[in-house]
Amino acid sequence: MWMSRKRMLSAFMVLFMVLAGAVGALAADTFKVGAVGPTTGPVATYGLSVLDAVTLAVEKYNAEGGLLGRQIELIVEDNKADAVETNNAFRKLASRDQVHAIVGAVVTANSIVGSQVAQMMKVPMITPTSTAEKVTLEGDYIFRSCLIDPVQAVIMANFVYDSLNLREVAILTAQTNDYSVGLTDVFIETFGNLGGKVVAAESYSEGDQDFKAQLTKIRARNPEAVYVPGYYTEAGLIARQMRQLGMEQPILGPDGFDSPKLFEIGGEAILGSYFTNHYSKETEDPVSKQFVADYREKYGVDPDGFAALAYDAALILFEAIERAGEDALSKNIAAARQAIRDAMAETKDLEAVTGTLTFDENRNPVKSAVILKVVEDGYEFVERVEP
Amino acid sequence: MAAIIQEIIQQLVNGISLGSIYALIALGYTMVYGIIKLINFAHGDIYMLGAFIGFFAINIFQMSFFPALIVAMIVAAFFGVVIERLAYRPLRHSTRIAALITAIGVSMLIQNVALLVWKPDPRSFPDVFPFKSYKIWGVYLDNRQLVILGVALFLMVVLHYIVRYTRMGRAMRAVALDDDAARLMGIDVDRVISFTFALGSALAAAAGVLVGIYYNRIDPMMGGMPGLKAFVAAVLGGIGVIPGAMIGGLVMGVAEVAVVALTTSTWKDAVAFGILIIILLLRPAGILGQHEREKV
Repeated sequence: MWMSRKRMLSAFMVLFMVLAGAVGALAADTFKVGAVGPTTGPVATYGLSVLDAVTLAVEKYNAEGGLLGRQIELIVEDNKADAVETNNAFRKLASRDQVHAIVGAVVTANSIVGSQVAQMMKVPMITPTSTAEKVTLEGDYIFRSCLIDPVQAVIMANFVYDSLNLREVAILTAQTNDYSVGLTDVFIETFGNLGGKVVAAESYSEGDQDFKAQLTKIRARNPEAVYVPGYYTEAGLIARQMRQLGMEQPILGPDGFDSPKLFEIGGEAILGSYFTNHYSKETEDPVSKQFVADYREKYGVDPDGFAALAYDAALILFEAIERAGEDALSKNIAAARQAIRDAMAETKDLEAVTGTLTFDENRNPVKSAVILKVVEDGYEFVERVEP
Repeated sequence: MAAIIQEIIQQLVNGISLGSIYALIALGYTMVYGIIKLINFAHGDIYMLGAFIGFFAINIFQMSFFPALIVAMIVAAFFGVVIERLAYRPLRHSTRIAALITAIGVSMLIQNVALLVWKPDPRSFPDVFPFKSYKIWGVYLDNRQLVILGVALFLMVVLHYIVRYTRMGRAMRAVALDDDAARLMGIDVDRVISFTFALGSALAAAAGVLVGIYYNRIDPMMGGMPGLKAFVAAVLGGIGVIPGAMIGGLVMGVAEVAVVALTTSTWKDAVAFGILIIILLLRPAGILGQHEREKV
């Protein structure tokens, strides 16, 4: 059959409009929530924990009738912990999928990229795990459910000085990582102000396997502990190589230590380390206990800190949508997004898994943190630090 | 004073141990280049494959260290031959840049398939090799460092022997010199090149297993940086020259450690690749480059 170019074009236009209409009609029936995290790539365990927890939250709310009578539709994007992939994922979710909000990204460097897109397109974004201060400073659509770096480093510095009673500490930083560099700066400042001394500050690149040169240099300065603000992948190796060089000092770390792989890679060498984290599964808090039980039932393993934070991120978002009410149901996606954002910003005294949280003016949660000790069969709760 | 000397010696030990790992990977790199003038960028990924094969041989088939090492070498050699047959052979007579780009493509392919199949999580390598630490006058070293250095030296000698004194080695050198002439002399050029790849891949796999045991952590991306550094080591020693890979590796390792010890660790990788640029500017043939005329 032959059609003029013009007729063919108009036929396509009609077809396109019908399809677009159909998609639009479908979209009106659900709340679309995007989730961005690495399900492949070097830090996939974080992404998988996050996505599992968000999925759990979505299923829980949907089973109870959804939000404002609508079901939640979760759209997952794997960003491979890569900046370019993150950019693409956020753009796709914001424009093609027309999501109401995005949970993610997971790694700090990715969230910085994602926040620029989210803010530009005015999509509410809540990162569960990106702790660098500047992520939410990008704009008023960016939230997080974890503590910021300064808080973690301040808590660790205080713990080292007051509770462990140590005065001379060395630092080994991942220089290619915003998160690690941020923690290092704040730790050096806080610990110095307390009267402690950072006797050596060395660095490595992510993916390095040999740290003996740095450690030998650190060893010569005789520190009482070594702060390793980085991820479990390197921390385990660093611990082993420290012991191989005859260094017996305790290792201190941030929430990046929170992974079962820490034990596999670090073995005995990592035992006795301390790290700051967002939650401890040993708490008696009812929200927390319920979450741990649900998570264990669905996935057969205990949730880690990343899962807890991701669940809270979903919780903050869903509760905000409920509070926004009618406005969040708007057919105009921009208006709905704004209503959700406004409601999120007003989150106050929300009973979440990682504590009772309220947003401050930079959309960072104010809540407590915990210090955990690495022991043979997991983590031992040491102390809870209130904000 | 004694403490400073102890620290210097410890750093030297650290450097040599790191360098022997680079040397181990660089040997295969340099040999393949020496014979067919192809910078096989997938070499680092074969190294990763080798580590994983060793890992599975030990974990699933309950093999001990040596059988696992041999199995990893054989399987990797097979992969090397298959890669050469599928990716490089069809490009034998096209430009060198085409082959180089293909090698980069093969490297990415292996990495990403490995990511898909084995997941990106790092795995801890089983402890199959007894660990013994020695403390001599305040300097720590262990048996695994010695084994890696020893194996690197041993393989260097074996490789040198194969290339210099065996029938296959003579054929390899003939192909390196002029493959058309070699073919006219009745040498099966395809077979020689397959053999070269098999040998190079087996070497990479041996390195993978040893490094897996040494650092106790393997992941699909592990071939990237060590592969690049080994490449620099090969160029530094004189690419295509087998003893050069050994010297280049050790110089790189010691230089990296020296940078950390004397200045700041921030400069470590910058110096490693700075060395590459300086070598290419001042002495493109590398440290042992004069022997390059013989092209092996």
